[in-house]
Amino acid sequence: MNGAPAPPIRPIDCDVHNAVPSIEVLYPYLEDHWRDYLVERGVTSLEPNYYPRGLPISCLPGARPSSGGPPGSDLDLLREQVLGGVRYAILNCLYSIQSIHNEDWAAAMATALNQWQVEHWLDLDDRLRASIVVPVRSPGRAAEEIERWGDHPGFVQVLLLARSSTPYGKRHHWPIYAAAVRHRLPVGIHAGGVTENPILPVGWPSHYVEDYAGAAQVFQTQLVSLVCEGVFGKFPELRVVLTESGVTWLPALLWRLDKNWKGLRSEVPWVDRPPSEIVREHVRLTVQPFDGPRTAEGVRRVMDHLGSDELLLFSSDYPHWHARDPYESCLRHLSAESQRRVLRENSLATYRLGPETGPDGDGEHG
Amino acid sequence: MKKKLYVVAEVDEIPPGGRKIVEIERRSIGVFNINGEYFALRNACPHAGGPLCRGLLTGFLRSSEPGQYTYLRRGEFLRCPWHQWEFDIRTGQSWLDPDKTRVRTYQTRVEPGQALLENEVELMGSGLTKGPYVAETYPVHIDGRYVVLEL
Repeated sequence: MNGAPAPPIRPIDCDVHNAVPSIEVLYPYLEDHWRDYLVERGVTSLEPNYYPRGLPISCLPGARPSSGGPPGSDLDLLREQVLGGVRYAILNCLYSIQSIHNEDWAAAMATALNQWQVEHWLDLDDRLRASIVVPVRSPGRAAEEIERWGDHPGFVQVLLLARSSTPYGKRHHWPIYAAAVRHRLPVGIHAGGVTENPILPVGWPSHYVEDYAGAAQVFQTQLVSLVCEGVFGKFPELRVVLTESGVTWLPALLWRLDKNWKGLRSEVPWVDRPPSEIVREHVRLTVQPFDGPRTAEGVRRVMDHLGSDELLLFSSDYPHWHARDPYESCLRHLSAESQRRVLRENSLATYRLGPETGPDGDGEHG
Repeated sequence: MKKKLYVVAEVDEIPPGGRKIVEIERRSIGVFNINGEYFALRNACPHAGGPLCRGLLTGFLRSSEPGQYTYLRRGEFLRCPWHQWEFDIRTGQSWLDPDKTRVRTYQTRVEPGQALLENEVELMGSGLTKGPYVAETYPVHIDGRYVVLEL
């Protein structure tokens, strides 16, 4: 089965990571006092530690730039390894400004990072789209950041990290969703994030493998919170994309949530239909890593349990290397019709990618 | 088949908010007094057979948006003690699980009068739709000092 035919259309890759090569590249976009603050305090990097540099799974073979910067920091290498094969790549920059507790500093860093994304990525290749990085600990400032960039055609998503100080459904986060909806931007929730909370619900694990494999627990908590707090009723146009979340845990969670909702409905009277319906309408998940069974029959059963092939969006998670190639693990087992949806159409329906990319768009490109 | 009348209680036995569970023709039936009006339902939840009439009597909470609560018809909804599903005591109607592919366990129901239809319009404002499950209801009359059930 290794000779799976190449996809007939150029996909939209919904999870590609661009990395800050060094903190100095942000200096031009910071006010002098913040720039000096970084230098005087000796802040040399905000590179997240949840993709440990030395671990093989943090980087595909050959994705480390010869310049010595972190994987994902070199546009030419990205062009060579990703952009040649896709119609669009949506950048999720994981530089860890969300961990900064100083509200003003976090906001300044977010603005600088987004400006840097415009000048060093979006302006240089029209296949690139990016996610607005926001100082999530201050939802009002986060909303301001969304307003700042919301009309820029290059930004197509608001990026949140899966681990947060409080569940994302809580009302103090709602200014973020209001701003996202105003600009027709989905909110992407990506694996990772560092807060004052332990990284797993019961406390700190000992090993990286527990952290990484346990990520689904965090996504589940966030999803249940968004549904039960009524975020999708309050913001009917909101779309949430769970990114690098895994996929196969979703059906079991929804079976449980639907069942419990029937008995506990009156506690959340704003949830006026089964949670699974709400999730299928408002939530999408990227395919990498596809944590599914290895057989074609097993993957088809997963799709059946998911209830729709409209839920999944193609992604590579470049330059990370946590899982098998998504063609190998998932796409090759799907019908041609489902493949087309996952590779492209579902993303066109989710993201504000421009009128030139309607359903028939440029699907003829090899 | 000719309807039969059964005296199930003296009126004082079931005060407002109270209930009495009786056994008639090998059927367990709950008789309720809601502010002076009497209602009877089969003590078997159409969902899974739980002892519906032993459940909590509560109101129906609906919402126009998160944080907004409208509490309707306090004391007129029965919650089955097994799965906590809510049933309208006036009609036996459950407002959950509108999954038409499931087998309807009960088709029987008392046709609602105009006042009941108006009640349902209010419930529909919750965004929920009627589910397939309807608890069996029976007419109840008061005859002098007695509560009389029609079966």
